[in-house]
Amino acid sequence: MSTSSYYVPEQSRWPIIASLSLGLLAYGAGMTFNAMSAGGSSIGPYILGAGFLVLFYVIFGWFRDVISESQGGLYSEQMDRSFRQGMLWFIFSEVMFFAAFFGALFYVRTFSVPWLGGEGEKGVTNMLWEGFQATWPLMVTPDPAQFEGPKELVDPWHLPLLNTVLLISSSVTITIAHHALKEGHRKKLELWLAATIVLAIAFLYFQVVEYIEAYTHLGLTLQSGIYGATFFMLTGFHGFHVTLGTIILFVMLLRIFDGDFTPKQHFAFEAAAWYWHFVDVVWVGLFIFVYVL
Amino acid sequence: MATVDIDLPHVKDHDHDPHHHGPAKGLGRWLFTTNHKDIGSMYLIFSLCMFLIGGLMALVIRAELFQPGLQLVEPEFFNQMTTMHGLIMVFGAVMPAFVGLANWMIPMMIGAPDMALPRMNNWSFWILPFAFLILLSSLLMEGGAPNFGWTFYAPLSTTYGPPSTTFFIFGVHIMGVSSIMGAINIIATILNLRAPGMTLMKMPLFVWTWLITAFLLIAVMPVLAGVVTMMLMDIHFGTSFFNAAGGGDPVLFQHVFWFFGHPEVYIMILPAFGIVSEIIPTFARKRLFGYPSMVYAVASIALLSFIVWAHHMFTVGMPLVGEVFFMFATMLIAVPTGVKVFNWVATMFRGSMTFETPMLFALAFVVLFTIGGLSGLMLAIAPVDFQYHDTYFVVAHFHYVLVPGAVFGIMAGVYYWLPKWTGHVLNESLGKFHFWMSFVGVNITFFPMHFVGLAGMPRRIPDYALQFADFNSIASVGAFIFGLSQLIFVYNIIHNARVGEKATAQVWDGAHGLEWTVPSPAPYHTFSTPPKVD
Repeated sequence: MSTSSYYVPEQSRWPIIASLSLGLLAYGAGMTFNAMSAGGSSIGPYILGAGFLVLFYVIFGWFRDVISESQGGLYSEQMDRSFRQGMLWFIFSEVMFFAAFFGALFYVRTFSVPWLGGEGEKGVTNMLWEGFQATWPLMVTPDPAQFEGPKELVDPWHLPLLNTVLLISSSVTITIAHHALKEGHRKKLELWLAATIVLAIAFLYFQVVEYIEAYTHLGLTLQSGIYGATFFMLTGFHGFHVTLGTIILFVMLLRIFDGDFTPKQHFAFEAAAWYWHFVDVVWVGLFIFVYVL
Repeated sequence: MATVDIDLPHVKDHDHDPHHHGPAKGLGRWLFTTNHKDIGSMYLIFSLCMFLIGGLMALVIRAELFQPGLQLVEPEFFNQMTTMHGLIMVFGAVMPAFVGLANWMIPMMIGAPDMALPRMNNWSFWILPFAFLILLSSLLMEGGAPNFGWTFYAPLSTTYGPPSTTFFIFGVHIMGVSSIMGAINIIATILNLRAPGMTLMKMPLFVWTWLITAFLLIAVMPVLAGVVTMMLMDIHFGTSFFNAAGGGDPVLFQHVFWFFGHPEVYIMILPAFGIVSEIIPTFARKRLFGYPSMVYAVASIALLSFIVWAHHMFTVGMPLVGEVFFMFATMLIAVPTGVKVFNWVATMFRGSMTFETPMLFALAFVVLFTIGGLSGLMLAIAPVDFQYHDTYFVVAHFHYVLVPGAVFGIMAGVYYWLPKWTGHVLNESLGKFHFWMSFVGVNITFFPMHFVGLAGMPRRIPDYALQFADFNSIASVGAFIFGLSQLIFVYNIIHNARVGEKATAQVWDGAHGLEWTVPSPAPYHTFSTPPKVD
C-alpha cells in the first residue's frame, strides 16, 4: 500500500446542498403523488422541481471540483483505487435493486400465480377466485373487473430483439472506444463513443415506441395485473438506467472533445463503461426472463 | 488480535502541509466538514436525539399498557407510536450510532488519515436529518403517521395505509441512499486505506465486523428500496404486486421485506459484537481468544442471514419444505453465535479482570444477548412459532437482542472510546449508576414480556385481557426506570466530556491498538502519514 499522503479534501459545501436537494425531492414527490391520487392540486411539483434544480446544480459543481482536483494532480494511485472500489460497490447495490424486482417476478411465476390457479401445495387459494386459470404470461387476472389483463403481449422477436442487438453492439463499441483511449487514438475514440451514444439513443427510441404500442394497442399497462406490473417496473427501471448511462456517456464525449483524459488516467470514462456494461447485462436478463420465457 | 507495534510519525508539525489545520469555526464546520471525527460526532449526537425521541414514544406505549383498558391515547395513535418507535430506533438510533462509531474509530484503528471518500461521508450524514424530519412530520399530517408497524406489511400499508405512507416511502428511499453511501465509504476505507503492515487478519475485530456489516448494507438496502417502490406503485399507479386480485401476492411483500429485514437485524448487531470483542480483552488484560474463529464466525453469520428470512413468516402459509428449510437454516446460526459467546467467555477465563463501566456493559451484553439468542432459537422452531408468532414473546426476544444487545454495545463503545474523543475521563460512579439502573430497568421491562407472550398476549395492541395486567404494569415500571436512567448517561457525557479528569493516550491500562497510540483527545487529523504496523 502506498505511503504517500492521501488527499483529504477541504471543507465542501456540495454535500449539504445535495442533502437539501434530496430532502426537497422526497418531500415534493410525496406531496405530488398524494395530490395526484387524491385529485387535488398542491405545491408539491414546485418543491419537486426545486429539488431537481438544486440537484443539477450540485452535480455540475461537485463534479467540476472533482475533475479539476484530478487534473491538478491531487489524486494518488490510492485515491484512484477508492474511486474504483466505490463505483464497483455502487454497481453491486444497483444489481441488488434489480434483484428485488427479478425476485418478485420469479416468485409470482413459480409460486403465487400457480397457487391462485389451484396448483401446488398452496393451491387452496384458488377458492378466492374459483375457475381462475394460472397461465404465464398472465393474460386473465383473477379479478378482471379490477385488473383487466393485457390483450396481447410484446413480441420478443421484433423490437426487443432489435434492442438486444443494439445494446450488445453498444457494449462492443464502447470497448473499442476504451481501447482507442488507452492507445491514444483520439479520433477513433470520439467516433466509437459517439457510435455508442447513437446506439443508446436508438435503443431508448424503440423502447418508447414499444411502450406507446403496449399502452395504445396491446392493453398492456401498469394496471393490467402482475404481468404488466413486473414488465413495466423491470423494463422501466432499466430504461431509466439506460437514460442515465446515455447522459453519462454524452458528458464523457464532451469532456473528450475538451481534451480530457489521458491513456493512463481516465477513471471517469472507465466508470461510465462499467455502468454501461451493467445496464447491458441487466437487459440480457430482461430479454430472457421478461420477454422470451 | 495481534499485538500491534507501532512506529509513530503521527503528531508531526502540522505547518508544512496545507491540509493540516484545526477545525473551521462556527456552524460551517459542521455543515461543510470532511473530517471523519466531526462526522462521527454528528452521527452520534443525531443518534442520541433519535434514541430519546424513540424512547419517549416507547414510554407512551408503556404508559398506555400500564393497566388494561384505554387510558391515555386513542388506538390509532397507539399504532402510530409502535410504528414510529420501531422505525426511529432501527433507522435513526441504532444504525447511525454504529456508523458514528465507525467514522470515529475505523480510520484511527487502521492508521488511515480519514475516510476514503470524505465529502460523500458528509453527504451520508446530512441526508439523515432531512429523512427523519420528513418521517416525524408525518405525525402532523392528515390521517396521522404510518400506523402499520415498522415492518409495514402490505396490504395494511398499501390499501389501508394513511396518506403519509407516501412520505414514509420517500423518506426510506433517501435514508437508504445515506446507508448505501456510508457503507461504500466504510468498505473502501477498510480495503484501501490500511496502514502498511495492517493485514486483514491483524485488523481489530470492530473493523472486521464493520467490513462485513457494510457488505450486508450494500446488499440489502437496495432491496428495501425495491419493496417500498413496489408499494408506491401499488398505491399510486394501480400495479398489483401485493394484490392477489391482479395476480400478485401480499405474501410477496413479506418475502421481499424480510430478505432485507433479516440481514438488517444483523447489521444492527454485528458492530456490537465488534465493540464487545475490543472491550473484553482490554479489561480481562488478555488477548482475544480465538481471533480467526471470531472473524469466520461473523462472516458465517452474515452469509447465513441471506437464507433465513422466512422464519419471520412461519404462520403465513408457506409450503412445508419452506418451513423446514428456514427452520434448520436459522438454527444453524446458533453455531457461529455460540463460537463467539464461547470465545468471549474464554477470553475472560483466568484474566485479570476489572469492572469499569465499559466492561460492565460488555458483560451485560454477553449475558443478556445470549438470553435473546436463546429465545430466538425457540422462535426458530416452526411448529412452536405457530404459538409464539405475533405475541409479546417475540417483542421480548427482539428487545433482548436490540436493547441489552445493540444499545448496550453502543453504550459500552461510547464509555470505552469517549475519553479518546474528548480527552476527559467520564465519571465512573455515574457510569456505574447508569449501568445498574439500565441493567435492572431493561430486565424488569422485557423479562415479563416472555411470560405474557407465552400466555398468548398479542403484540401491537393498546388494550389486553385482564390476566396480563400484573406483568404489564411491572414492565411499564421497568420501562420508566430504564428511560429515566438514560438521563444519567446524557448528563455524564455532556458534563464530563468538558470537565472530567484528563485522559492519558492509552486511557485504559489494558488497551492495545493504534487508536490508543494517539493523544487524547485525538488530534483533528491523525495518521496523515500512515504509521508502520509490524
